[in-house]
Amino acid sequence: MSVDTHDGHGSEVEDLSADEYGEGHHGATDKQYILIAVILAAMTGLEVTLSYVDVGPIFLPALIILMIAKFVTVVSYFMHLKFDNRIFSMMFYMGLILAVFVYVVALSTFHFFGS
Amino acid sequence: MSDAGTPGATPPEDKTSGHGAPDLGNDPSSPGNALTETIDEIPMGGIPGPGPAPDVDTGAERSGLTDMPEESAERDEHGGHASTTGISNNKLAMWLFLGSECLLFGGLISTYMLYRGRHSGSLGPDQIYDIPFTSVSSFVLLMSSLTMVLAVSSVARGNLRNTKLWLTITALLGATFVGGQVYEFTTFYREGLGFTTSLFSSSFFTLTGFHGVHVTVGIIMLMALVGMISRGRVTGDRAEVVELIGLYWHFVDIVWIVIFTLVYLIPA
Repeated sequence: MSVDTHDGHGSEVEDLSADEYGEGHHGATDKQYILIAVILAAMTGLEVTLSYVDVGPIFLPALIILMIAKFVTVVSYFMHLKFDNRIFSMMFYMGLILAVFVYVVALSTFHFFGS
Repeated sequence: MSDAGTPGATPPEDKTSGHGAPDLGNDPSSPGNALTETIDEIPMGGIPGPGPAPDVDTGAERSGLTDMPEESAERDEHGGHASTTGISNNKLAMWLFLGSECLLFGGLISTYMLYRGRHSGSLGPDQIYDIPFTSVSSFVLLMSSLTMVLAVSSVARGNLRNTKLWLTITALLGATFVGGQVYEFTTFYREGLGFTTSLFSSSFFTLTGFHGVHVTVGIIMLMALVGMISRGRVTGDRAEVVELIGLYWHFVDIVWIVIFTLVYLIPA
């Protein structure tokens, strides 16, 4: 480890060797983050491809599954929810589930009782 | 009376359970029982008069009660203030805020889904959207999430120079996304799709506009953060602020993941 750089305002900049920070902030390394980003980009490409290719009845489920997979991947790894305290997961997913439940019910109501 | 500091004595065990909550069971070494034990040992004769206080072991030091103020001032591993739950209050508040934001965007997305068929024939979603352009915008925002997580990773290692670099790149990618959105809105307007043209256009502009405002707020926070780091105000124990802004930025990204699929890719 070497501490050799200053940015001119009194803040120290530490440069650690790759071995020292191999385990990143919450157990993932920078290389793993890049790999996850590549996977997310590939899933986005697949989504766009699906919208141009006629794949029949699996079109909608495939898009929804890809969307959920991307969503969960970002939340779990980029937002560190997979590695963090479970109370954070509860806070977030409770809001999310409540939102999905409320609006699915609302849309269903409009669907069945709307003019 | 106290053997806590006696060499060879059994070291005190971690009296926490679950998420750091103290275990208040019938453990004889628990603070409550230690105090009771101490009261029993106070000699009869009442309270001593004025004068130097006798050196009485109250049991508080042994039980760690006197350390409470110092302990509460400590910070957790991410630099946030430690709380009785053992987790950062700031981070908990941010997650709570993001959970409530799900309700906001859920309402806007639902409104769009409800009204996306309410338009004049030639200015509907299937005619007006430019999927290749929006796909590139989505890719840009997705990559900004990568640069943001690299910034958080850098600050966790104490590398402030790389943190500033990644934060600046994140802000630039965000600005590119917002620029693309402004271009898209301008194009739609020139084609005749204004905010009040139809229920479809109103719900579309409201939904994507709200998201764009969130991205813009995120860019402002990122640039403010870069300025704070440059002035040396985000060091060591305050590094958690980078993670908090990162959480906000990733949330903006996941909202767009949903919007891109439900609004742009699924035909009306």
